[in-house]
Amino acid sequence: MKVSLFITCLSDAIYPRVGEAMVRLLARYGVTLEFPTVQTCCGQPAFNSGYWKEARATAKTIIDAFEDSDFVISPSGSCTGMIHHYPKLFEDDPAMLERALALQSKSFEFTQFLVNVLGVTDVGASFPHKVTYHPSCHGSRLLGVKEEPMALMSKVKGLEFVPLPHAEDCCGFGGTFAVKMSDISGAMVTEKSDHVKETEAEVLVGLDMACLMNIGGNLRYRNEPVRVMHLAELLYEGVK
Amino acid sequence: MSHGPGTAGGATVKERADLALNNEFLRKAVKFTTERLKNGKLKAMEEHGNWEEWRERGRQIRLHTIAHLDYYLNMFVENARANGVHVHFAETAQEAVDISLSIAERKSAKSVVKSKSMVSEELHLNHALESIGVEAIETDLGEYIIQLAGEVPSHIIIPAIHKNRFQIADLLSEDAGEKLEADTKILAGYVRRRLRAKFLEADIGMTGCNFAIAETGSMVLFENEGNARMVTTLPKTQITLMGMERIIPSWADLEVMATLLPRSATGQKLTMYMSGITGPRRAEDADGPDEMHIIIVDNGRSLQLGDPEFQELLNCIRCGACLNACPVYRHIGGHAYGGTYSGPIGAVLTPSLQKNIAEWDDIANASSLCGACYEACPVKIPLHDMLVYLRRRKVEAGYGNKIENAGMKGFATLLSKSGRFNTVIKLGKIGQKFISRGGEIRLKVGPLAGWNTYRVTPTLPKKSFRQQWGTLDAEIRNGLQEMSPDIKKRMEHAIKDRAKGGGHGHGHN
Repeated sequence: MKVSLFITCLSDAIYPRVGEAMVRLLARYGVTLEFPTVQTCCGQPAFNSGYWKEARATAKTIIDAFEDSDFVISPSGSCTGMIHHYPKLFEDDPAMLERALALQSKSFEFTQFLVNVLGVTDVGASFPHKVTYHPSCHGSRLLGVKEEPMALMSKVKGLEFVPLPHAEDCCGFGGTFAVKMSDISGAMVTEKSDHVKETEAEVLVGLDMACLMNIGGNLRYRNEPVRVMHLAELLYEGVK
Repeated sequence: MSHGPGTAGGATVKERADLALNNEFLRKAVKFTTERLKNGKLKAMEEHGNWEEWRERGRQIRLHTIAHLDYYLNMFVENARANGVHVHFAETAQEAVDISLSIAERKSAKSVVKSKSMVSEELHLNHALESIGVEAIETDLGEYIIQLAGEVPSHIIIPAIHKNRFQIADLLSEDAGEKLEADTKILAGYVRRRLRAKFLEADIGMTGCNFAIAETGSMVLFENEGNARMVTTLPKTQITLMGMERIIPSWADLEVMATLLPRSATGQKLTMYMSGITGPRRAEDADGPDEMHIIIVDNGRSLQLGDPEFQELLNCIRCGACLNACPVYRHIGGHAYGGTYSGPIGAVLTPSLQKNIAEWDDIANASSLCGACYEACPVKIPLHDMLVYLRRRKVEAGYGNKIENAGMKGFATLLSKSGRFNTVIKLGKIGQKFISRGGEIRLKVGPLAGWNTYRVTPTLPKKSFRQQWGTLDAEIRNGLQEMSPDIKKRMEHAIKDRAKGGGHGHGHN
C-alpha cells in the first residue's frame, strides 16, 4: 500500500516541522509515508480568485504526482478540500475528471486518516498544558472534520482543553482575501486572537497552517505569548 | 441596475467597509443583534429535533418549484385571476415602477402605506412615488426608522440593525417633536400611535410576499408587528410586489416553509402573524381591499434559470440566516455591500441580477469563503461556491484586476513545476535576509503592507520540507515498525470500500 504525503506548499516552505511530525507519528504505526517530490501547490489561490485556467495547471501537477498512491494525506483540511473541487475544475474534460474523482476519493486530511481509516484515537501522548482549538472552516464545514481532532485531544494525558469562544467564526485568512480586503481580514483575526486570549490557554492548536499563520501572526504582533501548533506537532511532541 | 442610495459613502467595497470598521456604534449594534439571532436559530434547530430532514425537504421543495417555475407560475396566475386579482408582469425594475405609479395615478392616491417588501427597495419605489406627489410610508418599525434616517436597510429582516436604541430614540424624538426616552416600549408605542392614523388615511396598501401558493393563487405574509395585516385590510387598493421566484406549489409546502423561515430568521417557532390572502374583499368579508394587484417582478431573476451554477439562488426564502452567520457581515454590516440585499446572499444576488459583468463591483471578493452561510442556509444554497463562480466569470470576461492577472499567470508558471517552486523558495530565503529580524518580518511595505498591519510574517526556515526529506526518510526506514494486522486490515478495507463507490465525500455533495 502506497501512502503519500501531500505536504502543501505552506508546510513545505514555512512549516516543515508539521510534515516531519506527521511522518514520525505515522511511522509508529508502521505506516511509511512516501513523498512524491514533483508535487507543488493545490492551486487554491488561483481557483478561489477565479483564475481556473491557472488553477488547472497546478491541479494537473498534483493529480500526476499522486496517480499511483493508495492514500494521499495532507496536514490541511483546506488543501484536501481543494482536491474535492478538482472534479468541478475538470467537469468538461472526461479523462481528467475521472482522474480527479479518483484522487478525491483517496485524499484525507491528517486526522481523518488517523481516526477514520487507521482507527487510532489514543496515540499515547502526554501534553500537560492548557490548550484551545480553532476549527478551520474548510476542514470542519466542507470536509466535515469535527469529531476527529476532539477524539484525539481527549485521549492526550494532562491536556487541559479550554473551548474557544466563537470557535466556528472564520479567522479571517481566506487566502488572497487577507491581502485584498486586509482591513476586514484584520478585524476578523483581531477578534479571533481576543477570543484565544480570553481562554488563557498556553497553546492554540489547529489543523491548518494557513489559519494558524494568520492567528499566530496576529498574536505575535500583539506580543501575546501563546504557542501556536498543528495538532500533529502536539501529538508528536507528546509521544517523543 | 442602479445601485441606488446603498452606495452612499464609498465607491468600492473597501471604502464602504472602512467606514463601517471605523464606526464602533455600528459594529457593536450589528454584533449584538446578529449574535442574538444566530443563537436563537441554533436553539430553535435543537428544539425542533429533526432540523436536517426538514432542511432537506425545504431544499427539495424549492428545487422542484424552480425547476418547474413556468408551470407553477402559470397555475398561480390563473388561480389569482380567478380570485379577482389583477396580475401584472414586470420584466425590469422600471416596468414594475411604471405599473405601480399608473395604479397610484388611476386611484388618485395621496398616500401609500407599505410593509415587508425588499422588492420595493430593489425598485427604489419610494422615490418614484414621491416624485409624483404620493407619500410613501414604511410601517415595519425597522423600516420606519430607516426611512426617517434617509437610509436603506442594512439587513434583510432587521433593516435598522446597525442602529442602537439611543440613535433610534433621537430619530423618533425629532419625528415626534418631543424628547422620547430610549425605552423600547415608549418608542414602539409612539410609532404605533403615529402609524395608526396613516393606516386609516392611506389610499393604497403595498406589501411584498413571502410565499405565493400556486394551487389557490394566494399570497402569504409572515410578520411580527401586525402592521402588514393593517396594510392589507384597511386601504381600498392593495398592491403586492413579488419576485417571480416566490412561488411554492401548495399549502402543504407552506407548512415546511413556516417551519424553516421563522426559526432560521429569528429563532421563533412561529411568526406572530401569518396572513394568507386570496383575492380582494368578497361580499361576505368584513374587511379587505376592493381592488387587488399583484406585480410579478423579474428584474434579473430569470437570468439564473437554466444556469447550473446559479439557479439555486432562486431557492432563497429571504430569512437572513446567512447574514447572521457571516463573520464578514459581523464586522462591516449591510451598507458596505452596496446593494439592496446584503450579506452573503447579497454579495451573490447583486451581481447575479445584473447581466452586465462590466458593472459588477468587487463585492464577491469581500468573503473569506468560510462556508458559514451555506451551513446556516435553511435550503442549503452553496453561496460560498457561487462567490467563486462570480469571481471566475469576471476574470473570464476580461474584467480581472490587471496586477492580479499577471500575478496568477506567474503563480501557474512557478507552481506547476516543482523545480521552479524550489527556486522560488531559494530566492525567498535570499530576499528575506534583507527584511527579517529575529525570524520575523514586520515591514509594512508592498504586498506585505496589509498583512503586516495586523500581523508579523514568519520567515522561511533553513531547509524546506523537501530539502529535509532524504535524511528523514532514511532515518524512518532504518527503524521502521511492523504494521499491526488490525491497521493493515482497516487500510485494505478502506481501499475496497472506495472501489465499491463508498468512501468519504465532500460535506455538501
